[in-house]
Amino acid sequence: MFDTVFPQLIGLCTGALLLTSALMVWRHSLLASIRLLSVQGFALAALVAVIGLEEGEAEVIIVSVLVLLVKGMALPWVLAHETRATTRTDEAPRLNPTAGLLTVALLTILSYVVASRLLSGDTSISAHAAPIGLAMVLIGFLLLVTRRQAGSQLIGFLVLDNGIATVAFLTSGGVPLFLELGISLDVLLVVVILYVFAGRMRNKFGNTDIDQLRKLHD
Amino acid sequence: MNFALWTPLAVPVVLAVLSLTGGARPLGRLGPIASSAAVLLSGLLLVAAVLGGQVPTLGGGLLRADALSAYMLTVVGAVGLVSTWGGLGHTEKAPGRFAGSYDALISVFLAAMSLAVLADNIGLMWAAVEATTITTAFLVGHHRTRSSLEAAWKYVILGSVGVAIALLGIVLIYAASRGTGEPTLSWLVLSRTDLPLDPALIRAGGALAVLGFATKAGLAPMHSWLPDAHSQAPAPVSGLMSGVLLAVALYAILRIQTITDAVIGPDFLRVMLSVGGLLSLFVAAALLIRQRDFKRMLAYSSIEHMGMMAVGAAIGPAALPAVLLYMLGHGLTKATLFVLSGRILEVEGTPRIDDVRALLVRRPGLAVPWLIAMAALVGFPPFSIFFSEVGIIVAGFGTGMGVVVGIALVLLLVIFAALTRLTVAMTIGAPAAAPGTDPAGAALPGTDPAGTVAVPVRATPDRSAHGPRLPLILALATTAVVAFIAEPVGTLLARAAAVLGGAQ
Repeated sequence: MFDTVFPQLIGLCTGALLLTSALMVWRHSLLASIRLLSVQGFALAALVAVIGLEEGEAEVIIVSVLVLLVKGMALPWVLAHETRATTRTDEAPRLNPTAGLLTVALLTILSYVVASRLLSGDTSISAHAAPIGLAMVLIGFLLLVTRRQAGSQLIGFLVLDNGIATVAFLTSGGVPLFLELGISLDVLLVVVILYVFAGRMRNKFGNTDIDQLRKLHD
Repeated sequence: MNFALWTPLAVPVVLAVLSLTGGARPLGRLGPIASSAAVLLSGLLLVAAVLGGQVPTLGGGLLRADALSAYMLTVVGAVGLVSTWGGLGHTEKAPGRFAGSYDALISVFLAAMSLAVLADNIGLMWAAVEATTITTAFLVGHHRTRSSLEAAWKYVILGSVGVAIALLGIVLIYAASRGTGEPTLSWLVLSRTDLPLDPALIRAGGALAVLGFATKAGLAPMHSWLPDAHSQAPAPVSGLMSGVLLAVALYAILRIQTITDAVIGPDFLRVMLSVGGLLSLFVAAALLIRQRDFKRMLAYSSIEHMGMMAVGAAIGPAALPAVLLYMLGHGLTKATLFVLSGRILEVEGTPRIDDVRALLVRRPGLAVPWLIAMAALVGFPPFSIFFSEVGIIVAGFGTGMGVVVGIALVLLLVIFAALTRLTVAMTIGAPAAAPGTDPAGAALPGTDPAGTVAVPVRATPDRSAHGPRLPLILALATTAVVAFIAEPVGTLLARAAAVLGGAQ
């Protein structure tokens, strides 16, 4: 029974992951992006749970709960808290929505091309979905370089990180549990630190526009 | 000897907690120094164990000290000791409210670096390297000025994106090891040559991992965070980042290289590392020629030396002992220079080279060690950087990489000229209006130039030295003699290089 549903569930979860990433490029409101990030965290947790059920490993189920708590709830909560304090919550990115979505399409095609060469020997269902993770990494990069607000850059970093986690779970069933704990803790701390710096930036400059960080150069 | 595996992790963490809670008050500001000393002592104990033929392990093989790990731990401890001890005079002026957290962060940083070199697991090492980004973020932004905030933001974004790429590479390496039956991230298992690892995944994973750790090692073109972070951080932190953090990132690259070399041959990473190394040397040369800020000058010199080490890593096993010696020599010299730069910045009140003139006449207590350390940095013998550079160049010509080494040599000469000019501009010459001439200080070099460096072991900071002198003397003396000690240093370096050659 589960074997027939499994490919569909994997497809559903990875589809949700790609869709939320693309929508983040499209939307310019920070709060909307944060809600999408939370949805993405839930989708990632669901993906991990599906893989865990298929492999019948309790450890993977624990990891999925961890992912749900950190990526689905804690990180979006920290970000939303920070964003409500800023006066400007919308973005004036360097790409308009059409160009952004077009770039997302190109990046997705690119990741399928790269992944088909990398994972040519692997015919499992989850390996077929692995290009989605690579596409998310590239979309995270796109967000990092095209956004101007501190908060949006943080979201780009988190999409990048979600993409890496997706690749990890789809290609090898995830890294060992103690590592997953360490990685989650590190990401959480990085976000908290950037959150503190964004707060200091607001105190000093009155806003969190990255473009004004241009004083240091040679 | 297994206890020496957990002391460099536990002692700094305990001291960090004490610093934060105020329990370290009887220690004063000595917490980070005690942490460094614990790391250094553990490193020396492990070196002794390794030379005795043991390989201490702990935690089911999660922590493991082969010759390379023991050597790296010693480097971390030695550079940490010079930076923290030499930085005493500096940190006392830090705002009292943040002093506790400053000390605690430095201790945690040292623990994370120790974990990175002792972990026999790529994933655990990755987590430790990422933890150093977290601890140094607040240290870079410690001064809370506009520019230090800018430097810290860029550092955290670039640093964490870089190590995230490395994580993607590590994930791919983990996926490549599924063919062995039991997926693993252990260095020991992965660097065995008889494993059926997937070559395509190892190639992609190795490239991404090296790219990510190269960001952390400050190799061009991912170096842009380094000059900003090094110039804005407090001087002891700059010394730690330059001497320890960059070296540990390079250590990660060397370990990854061992894995990829066994599966897809050495040519793939050789090209990557050669390009990165030469590009770093070029960037450093271009920006050192017209440099105006002496802390940025030291930062670009770090990029230069990391570039040279990357060239050495590209050459392969023949150059590895020289590269490993390079890490120690560069770390100690650069820590000394950053500590001195912090003192010069404090007494002169400016980071601009143009405003710091005739230091040798006005402040010989600072200028004499500065000159000696700069001589070591640009590669004068008997200091070990000279022997490392010669070793890398000779090995390069011997393995048919003459073109790469030739270009590196030309760039090294340009950098040598640029650094010499800047140092002369700072130290030699007559003071402009000569109001700050210090008769007590000026009398010192007249007595005996060597004596000012070697003799003073007075615990109270000398008026013209502006901080403890002993750590600087020890650091420079060590770099001056270490290249001449065949036993045990030479044996240790040969064994550490053998670990990377795949043989054990």
